Formats: sequence, structure tokens, C-alpha cells
Amino acid sequence: MPTRVHVTTRINGEDYEFLCEPRQSLSEVLRETLGLTGTKEGCLDGNCGACTLILDGRIVDSCLVLGVEAQGREITTIEGLAGPQELHPLQQAFLENAALQCGICTPGFIMSAKGLLEKEPHPTEERIRWWLAGNLCRCTGYDKIIRAVMDAAQKI
Amino acid sequence: MANKVLVQKAFKVIGTRPIRHDGTDKVTGRAIYGGDVRFPGMLHGKVLRSPYAHARIRSIDTSAAEAMPGVRAVVTSRDLAQGEDKIEDLGEGAVNLKYLVDNILASDKALYKGHAIAAVAAIDPHTAEEALRLIKVDFEELPAVVNVREAMKDGAPILLEKLRTSAMGKMGDKPTNIATHLQFVKGDVEKGFKEADIIVEREFETATVHQGYIEPQNATAMWNTDGQLTVWCSTQGAFVVRDQLAKVLAHPLFKIKVVPTEIGGGFGGKIPVYLEPLAALLSRKTGKPVKLIMGRADVFEGTGPTPASFMRVKVGVTTAGKIVAVQGEVDFEAGAYPGSAVGPGIMCMFAPYDVENGKLDGYDVVVNKPKSTAYRAPGAPQAAFAAETVMDELAEKLGVDPIEFRLKNAAKEGTRRVDGPVFPVVGYVECLEAAQESDHWKTPLTGANRGRGVATGFWFNVGLQSSCNITVNQDGTVNLIEGSTDIGGTRTSLAMQAAEVLGLSAEDVKPSVVDTDSVGYNNVTGGSRTTFASGWAAYEAAQDVLRQMRERAALIWEANPDDVTYENGSFSVKGDSKNQLTFRELSAKLNQTGGPISASASVDPKGAGGAFAVHIVDLEVDPETGKVKILRYTAVQDAGKAIHPSYVEGQMQGGAVQGIGWALNEEYFMTARGAMANSTFLDYRMPTSLDLPMIDTIIVEVANPGHPFGVRGVGEVPIVPPQAAVANAIYRATGMRMTRLPMTPGAILHAKGVI
Repeated sequence: MPTRVHVTTRINGEDYEFLCEPRQSLSEVLRETLGLTGTKEGCLDGNCGACTLILDGRIVDSCLVLGVEAQGREITTIEGLAGPQELHPLQQAFLENAALQCGICTPGFIMSAKGLLEKEPHPTEERIRWWLAGNLCRCTGYDKIIRAVMDAAQKI
Repeated sequence: MANKVLVQKAFKVIGTRPIRHDGTDKVTGRAIYGGDVRFPGMLHGKVLRSPYAHARIRSIDTSAAEAMPGVRAVVTSRDLAQGEDKIEDLGEGAVNLKYLVDNILASDKALYKGHAIAAVAAIDPHTAEEALRLIKVDFEELPAVVNVREAMKDGAPILLEKLRTSAMGKMGDKPTNIATHLQFVKGDVEKGFKEADIIVEREFETATVHQGYIEPQNATAMWNTDGQLTVWCSTQGAFVVRDQLAKVLAHPLFKIKVVPTEIGGGFGGKIPVYLEPLAALLSRKTGKPVKLIMGRADVFEGTGPTPASFMRVKVGVTTAGKIVAVQGEVDFEAGAYPGSAVGPGIMCMFAPYDVENGKLDGYDVVVNKPKSTAYRAPGAPQAAFAAETVMDELAEKLGVDPIEFRLKNAAKEGTRRVDGPVFPVVGYVECLEAAQESDHWKTPLTGANRGRGVATGFWFNVGLQSSCNITVNQDGTVNLIEGSTDIGGTRTSLAMQAAEVLGLSAEDVKPSVVDTDSVGYNNVTGGSRTTFASGWAAYEAAQDVLRQMRERAALIWEANPDDVTYENGSFSVKGDSKNQLTFRELSAKLNQTGGPISASASVDPKGAGGAFAVHIVDLEVDPETGKVKILRYTAVQDAGKAIHPSYVEGQMQGGAVQGIGWALNEEYFMTARGAMANSTFLDYRMPTSLDLPMIDTIIVEVANPGHPFGVRGVGEVPIVPPQAAVANAIYRATGMRMTRLPMTPGAILHAKGVI
């Protein structure tokens, strides 16, 4: 049996410790070991963006990060985006703009958009399209997603 | 101009845009999809798939895998009830049970690369994956055929030894890959072509494309000691999963409970069972819950794509611009087993046109690719690509505006389609007129290498069976219990129809999608039927609630129930202004007047009402690279009545973009040995946000007389026009008629003779 590695990390502002195999991805550890299933998996090879989260201030595809690489890092997932009884303006904007259909890509889009708005609070439509090009949505044709991000940018 | 609704009739709740009931769960990551299901002691499964496109399976040795530490069970086709070689009706049309069973786990032959051979359950997914390498399969590789024209030739490798061609009621007598030849004839097509002044005849091809939902197939099963089987999965139809499981596992329906989780897209691809029977068999062997999730390559190589096609189209017109004859032949790749959507394809091919003489031929052909399944308006996009490209060429030859040409020949109420049915009230003319009146059509397109294209499309829509329950709460709210998977906002579109009847707000109705033990039968969320048919069930149940509420009011007022009315949120007796009760006030009195009120309704409505769409696209073709950039896009569609316009727009935008991907990028690249060479999202390139502009929409409302609120299905028809609209625009930009999909930069440079 492979040896498990002890990892200490911070997720959504709380300290976590877990054991993981070196071959396990961060998305697998979050979902299977820690029960944080808000981070979705669509391809496991970094092409769909459903598993996007924020790692030390950068958006990453968590299926391409190993669980052991979380050691000493700061992670924000969709579960940590807003307080217990509130929604982040992006979440609210996705609701109000009907920017989701099946919803499987939604957490990834919201995390990517958060990464953008933290760097560039007032992006153009073209800039949003560029930034979100790593997140695939098969339902919406992106129109309402782009509008939701523009709407949220106005309100933040 | 972005999104416009041409409202014909206004309602209180219907036509508004409330926030969807499941929205908060989905934007916070709390919604539980199939892959999120977890149970104590759960095992994880993986599937061994054929590395060959066509091979005889001589033997399978699972002993080494079974002996590996951490492995709990291995299953092969020996563990499945072997299907009889006969046709069964399983809710999605006729199905040969042997084919259904063999597609789940190959028995004597593997018929495509990716065909499931065996499944392993182990303590974690990595161990299960390692164990797959220890399964020894003795294959005899056979020649593969992965192109419909090749598969139809004499001497082609034969996939299914017992298959004979079924042609208009007659069975052939020799082995073949042509499963079916369909034909429809109207009038006298030869005579029609003789009357024609201009005839255009062209051949077209389209590549295999995939539904491309972001969430891979998944299934978790628990087979209890008493034979009770529970399956959690992402499916378009929990009851249809139950039907299929009962057949392939030879297990009674009432011992199977299917729990539909949230579903991450389907587009028709999540109707057949793939992993569900494997999870059940592995759970039966181990006594533990077992979960399987496909990888993306498994999804591309092992689940239904839509058929690649070869098509011939011939259309004749008079110089006055009247279409006098249409003829089409459509050959579809069914994949490894018969049953492509060639029938619907040919039926839709010329549906937008009122024409005296027509002939349609369709061939359903097996090839060594995954068994094709439904993909949004199955068959229609391929057929429309061919037909609408020829119509554009005819309009050009006649020197008339392409929308005017269509208006002159448009199908309307009373028009008989080539395949027989006569149209009820349809909104094709209204869609064409709305397109003509649009800002997009009226704004000239300027600039080099740019072109504007237009194309139209038709899809039948279906009714089928739906059931739901409504319970009244003492605070005047209601619970709506439904069995239709919510794949794009249908909890809300059903709740809004119930709310409209009950005089409540959308928020006062709480919809829940429940399992197969908890509500009456519901067919799939497919065929653009959920808002139409399940919405109708909600309407009927709400009407029954009102009837019972009126009886209670009558009891309280000692009046005749027939004299009790419900208007503007208030129950009252005719001619008596004193006694009035709101829905909420009466709800509070139910337990004192006979007990709670609940209602259930089951429906199987027939009048789905067809849907038409007209799409306009502006694009620019890079003369050096051949890359097409979409500049502007407008989708026009008859929704009958848009219950929640935002989600109708979403269907129109999403369908248009899937069609753009089909037109420009998407394609299975096949190797010489019949393997898919691009089974990742990197190489199978679906449109990204960067590839697109905003998608403008115009919702036309021509009420469907076959629905209480005039609803027509909206989900499918928007994928029908884009391919031809893009091709027609490329023609206007470059002067080249593209006759093969996808129209990649390479294909465009090739057509130009550059490469």
C-alpha cells in the first residue's frame, strides 16, 4: 500500500489536517476525504474548469494540483465564498441573471470570476470572455454568465 | 437589442422571471449531483473497455484482478441476464434487449473502442483502476468499419451476424450493416421535378459529435439482502432507468428504486443506462454500496454520440420561386447497434416547406463506433444542414431574399408534411416575419470577408407521461412533488404553472424532484416535453386542489360547491359579498373541515405542437487562417407561451451555441483502426466564452392549442438551424459552399485550394 502523507492546510479560513496518497489530486481530496463536494469534476485533465478554486490568490484547476501540494497553502472553495446566511454578489448575480441551467459548471465559473474581479474590478465583456475561456459550459451559450459577471462587477 | 419577447397573452405568474427554486443550492455548491453521493462503507468501481474497434472476445480471465488486495468484486457479461434477441418497448421506443445488454457489457464481441468488457469494485478508485490491468482478455481483432458509406458497401466487415435489413415492412435475407431503410413519399416527385425551372442537387457529410455535457455519467447502487435495489444517478429519466434495469437485471420493477440526483447536463445522452447495471451487479456481489464515475475519455468513447451522416438533397423550384419537388436521402451511423435518429431526421428535413411532391429515404447503418443516442432534436440538425444549404442556394439562384423565399413556401396550419402528418397551428411564418423585422436583419453587414447567413429548423416536440402531486400547507403555501429531472429550470417552470392556477406566487410553490417510489410515472426529461407535459400535470393537480378547496369553502358557508368561485386570490359565493376567504385563510381551516388536501395528476398529452426556429448569423472568415469568427447572432423561435422567459432564452442561446460548435469545431477524429484520437476536451473542442458574441433572442408566442397555457417545447429546435446558417454565411463571405461539417479552418483553406 502506498504511504499516506500528512498535510496541514487552510481551507475557507479554517485549519485542516488530512492524510492523502501522493497520487490523489486536490479535487479528489476535497471531495472524497473532506466532503467538500461543491468543487465539481468534469474531465480530470484541466480542460473543463469545473474544479476551479483559489489557491494562494490564484485560480487553479484543482484536478491538476496534488493533494500533498496543499501543504501550508491557503485555499478558497465555493463553500467559503460567503458567510453562513449570505450570498456573494457573484452568486446573487448568477441567480438574478439566470446564468445557470444544469449548474454543474457554476461553482467553477463563480470561482474563476471571483479571481478576475479581485484583480480587475471593472473588466470589459471581452476581458471577461478571455478570463472565463478555461471554464466550459455546455448549457447556456455563455451569454447570461457573462452578463452575470458584468452585473456583479457593478455591485461589488 | 438583446432579448425580446413578443407577448401575445399576459398572465400573472407565467411570463415573469422569478429566481429558480434550486438556484441557491447550485450557486453555493450544496446541490448534490450523482458524483457527490457518498455512503459509509462505499466501494468504488472502474470499467475495463475494449482497446479495439472490432474484436471477437475469446475469453476473459479475471482471477488475478479478483486476487488483488483491496479488490472486492469483478463482473463480466456472464453476470448479466443474457438478453433475448427480440424487440422490446422500453419507454424510448423499440429496443432489442440483446443489444441493450451487450452494450452494457460486451459478450461475444467488442464492437467499438471503449465498449465495456468488465467492471471492478475496490476500496478506492485507484485500486479499482490498477485491478483493470490484471484482467486478461483474449481478443481476436477484426477489421473495423467507421464510416457510413463504407459500412453500406458489399463486402464491408459485418458487425452483427444476425442483422438483416428491415425495409418498409420486409426483411432482407443476407447479413448486412444496414438495419433499416425508411421511405416516405408524397405526391409524384418525378412529375414535380419536370415542372421545375431550377434544380439544385448536392451531397453533404457531417462528422460524429458528442452531447458534451460537463458532468460525466455516474451511478451508485445498493443491492440489499432482501433484493431491494436502490440506484442514485444523474439521469434524464429515473423511471426509464428503472425500466431498463428491470429488463437487463431481470428484477421486478417494485424492487428497484431510482433516486435522481441533480444532473450536470444531458441533451439526450443521459437516457440510456451504462453504469447503473454495473453498480447494481457489483453491489449484489459485495453487499456494499458501489459508486462508478466515468472519466472523460469513457464518456467520449463509451456513451452515445450523435450519428455522422451522408446526405443527398435535390430540390426543384419554378422561376416564380415556388418549390415543386423535394428529395432527400439520409444515411446515419447508428453506431454499434441499430437505432439512430434517421427517422426523425428525414421527417424534419423539409418540414418547414409546403410542397406538393416529396420523397425521403433514410438508412440506419451500424458502424464500429459507440451506439448513438439522442442529442437535442435527434437527427434534425444534420438533415437541416443539408436542406437549408440547398434552399439558400436556390434563393440565390432565383435572386430573392432567403427569408422571402421561405415565406413564399412556408409550412402553416393545414400543410401536410412529406412524411404524412398535417400541421396544427404553428408559428413558422411568425418567426420568419419576426426575423425580417429584427434589428439584426435590418442592419446591413459591412466589411471584407464577412457574410450573413440565415436558416430555419423544425422539431416535433413530444408529450408522453407525466405525474405529480400537490399538497396544501396550513399557511397557504403548497408543495409540488414531481418526477421530472430538472436539467435547466423546470422545477420553476412547473411551479409557475401551478402557481398561476392557484393564484399564488411562484415562491409560494415549493417544487421537489423525488424518487421512483414517491410519485407516479414520469417519462424522460427529453423531447422538449417537461414544461409542456409535466407542466400540464401540475396544472391538472392544481385544478384538483382548487376543486377541493371550493368544496371546503362550500362546507363552511353551507353553500353549493358549484356556486363557489375563486378569483383574484379569494374564494366567495356568487352573489354573496360577505363570505370571502383567501387561499391562505382557507388553508388554515382544512384540518377542521375534513382534513388535509392533496391532489395528484397523471397525464399523457398528445398535442405537443411543433416548434420552428429561424437563426441569423454574421461572421468573418480570416482569409489567411480560415478561422471563422462569429460577429453577431440572433435566434428567433416560437415558444407558444414562454413560462419563464429567461430559461427559454437560455435554451435558445445554449442550443445555438451547441450548433455553432457542431458547425465549426466538433468532430470525432478516427484512426485507421477505428479508434477515437481526440477523446479529451482539449482536442474535442467545444465553444468557449471567447469564441462567441452575445446570442440575441426573439421569443415568438403563437399559442399551442394543445396546452392549457399555450406552451410549446423549447429545448431542442434551437440546435437545428445554426449549422446551415453558419454555412450560408460562410458562402456569403467567401463564395464557397461548404458541404461537410465541421467547417474547420483547415476545411475552409482546403476548399479554397490553399492546402
